[in-house]
Amino acid sequence: MLDFERPIKELEERIAELHRLAGESEGLQAEISRLEEALEAARRRIYTNLSPYQRVQVARHPERPNFRAYRDALCEDFYELSGDRHYGDDAAVRGGFARIRGRNVVLIGHDKGADVKSRVEGNFGMAHPEGYRKVKRLYGLAARFGLPVVTLVDTPGAFAGRGAEERGQAWAISEDLMALAAVPVPVVSVIIGEGGSGGALAMCLADYLGMLENSYLSVIAPEACASIIFRDSSRAPEAAEALKLTARDLKEHGVVDEVLPEPLGGAHRDPEAAIRAVGEALERVLAGVSGSSPEDLLKRRYARYRRIGSYQRLPGPSSG
Amino acid sequence: MDATVFTKCERCKQPVYEKDLRARFNVCPNCEFHYPLPAPERVRLLTDAGSFEERDGELAAGDPLGFEGYPDRLRSAREKTGLGDAILSGVGEIGGRRVALAVMDFRFIGGSMGSVVGERVARTVELARAEGLPLVTVSASGGARMFEGIYSLMQMAKTSVALSRFMEGSKPYISILTDPTFGGVTASFATAADIIIAEPGARVGFAGARVIEQTTKERLPEGFQTAEFQREHGMVDRIVHRLALKGDLERLLGFVG
Repeated sequence: MLDFERPIKELEERIAELHRLAGESEGLQAEISRLEEALEAARRRIYTNLSPYQRVQVARHPERPNFRAYRDALCEDFYELSGDRHYGDDAAVRGGFARIRGRNVVLIGHDKGADVKSRVEGNFGMAHPEGYRKVKRLYGLAARFGLPVVTLVDTPGAFAGRGAEERGQAWAISEDLMALAAVPVPVVSVIIGEGGSGGALAMCLADYLGMLENSYLSVIAPEACASIIFRDSSRAPEAAEALKLTARDLKEHGVVDEVLPEPLGGAHRDPEAAIRAVGEALERVLAGVSGSSPEDLLKRRYARYRRIGSYQRLPGPSSG
Repeated sequence: MDATVFTKCERCKQPVYEKDLRARFNVCPNCEFHYPLPAPERVRLLTDAGSFEERDGELAAGDPLGFEGYPDRLRSAREKTGLGDAILSGVGEIGGRRVALAVMDFRFIGGSMGSVVGERVARTVELARAEGLPLVTVSASGGARMFEGIYSLMQMAKTSVALSRFMEGSKPYISILTDPTFGGVTASFATAADIIIAEPGARVGFAGARVIEQTTKERLPEGFQTAEFQREHGMVDRIVHRLALKGDLERLLGFVG
């Protein structure tokens, strides 16, 4: 449970308690109805006005449906492939051939795991270079067999560690970006939870980028941003606000194509609804891009990323 | 700056004349430690005298997110460096060969990559492609320009799409890594090159050593993330002393220019 969900949790517990007692007293029914109305109102009040930092917390919720839930629910078949052919296999990202609503694709996603063991194995969705190199291999297979790439992004970021640096984390990410820039098949990405910096971008330099309502995409974690800029990591809520990292903000800034609605309270409150929303978007977008020629795709992708920036022209050259 | 002034080298602790340090492009005459070099000095070091023409110098950062304090940081960085942003780009000649050149400047908000850096790198790449020139970049960066949030992150995508087209042609892309180069710059254009050269001792990586030590509680070995470390791990082609860099590039361009 997240801090701001406490009033909801308390109401839920009182209602549950009253239900237990209800057998003994008919009079409690009215009280239960009253509390249920209060609960509904609290849910609406709290969840429809989430601050950017609260959304980051929802995006990180341990019960939030992750790659595994989408894979299991959306794929008629998932034929997993492993390894980067250089060093190892990284369980922080998974990928392979998948059939989604009758369409063959290459599906790739960060895997945050389902229990303590698999969460640790997947390093909480923070990939090492071998993960990014496996991903690059999968982009290559998609190109070779003319299959669209579908990515589900959910990572706090690429892992910052000794081994990751020794094996060229930055090199591995830039290779993925270069591969995505040139892969002559549609690339369709949805951020389903966390979109942490370069580790996320290596999997979403895409022709379509959708974001679930409570997911985020940011150049830096709000805590790290606060500690660098405000010299105080407890000012993360302010940093989250300033970074404009929510799905809605990013739609406004033209970086994201679509905000996919989540059930009230977040995807973890009703995973099936969130998965349905993502599945419908994928089906629609894949149908839309299926006829595109490689030339058109690459031309549009170039234009899409070439234009993003905010700068002005000053009169006269700089003195450099 | 007073040329008769002594300064103490941070590395060898020996006294050195400021003017000797300047004459050696910020390389200590005593211990050969390579200090960061302002972009205009780097251009002077690498290009044939009088051959450099700046391009896109009129581009200046916006404040797309209305980020607290950003306009002030930009103003003071411009005053301090005389540059429009953390980059100087254009065309010049190296040993008589015309190249497109983009040089970063660490003094400007830590060489961070925002929209202007991304745009000028992309335009330099496009210029190289259009005119059939070799492309040379010199990186010095702490990473992303946080004040520009998502715009900063997306410069990684922008420079990658531009480079991806350039790489279809047959002209070389040479990337020179200097101290320090980290984050989004290392994870995009700085490492996407045909040939990667680093200066001695330059620290290059994705995450900084301090962040790694905080995250993993692991003590990092001596020399972690230095140019020498990166070459040993197969990430860098050559380590070249700053004062030998121009000659080294001339030789390289003799093969692939």
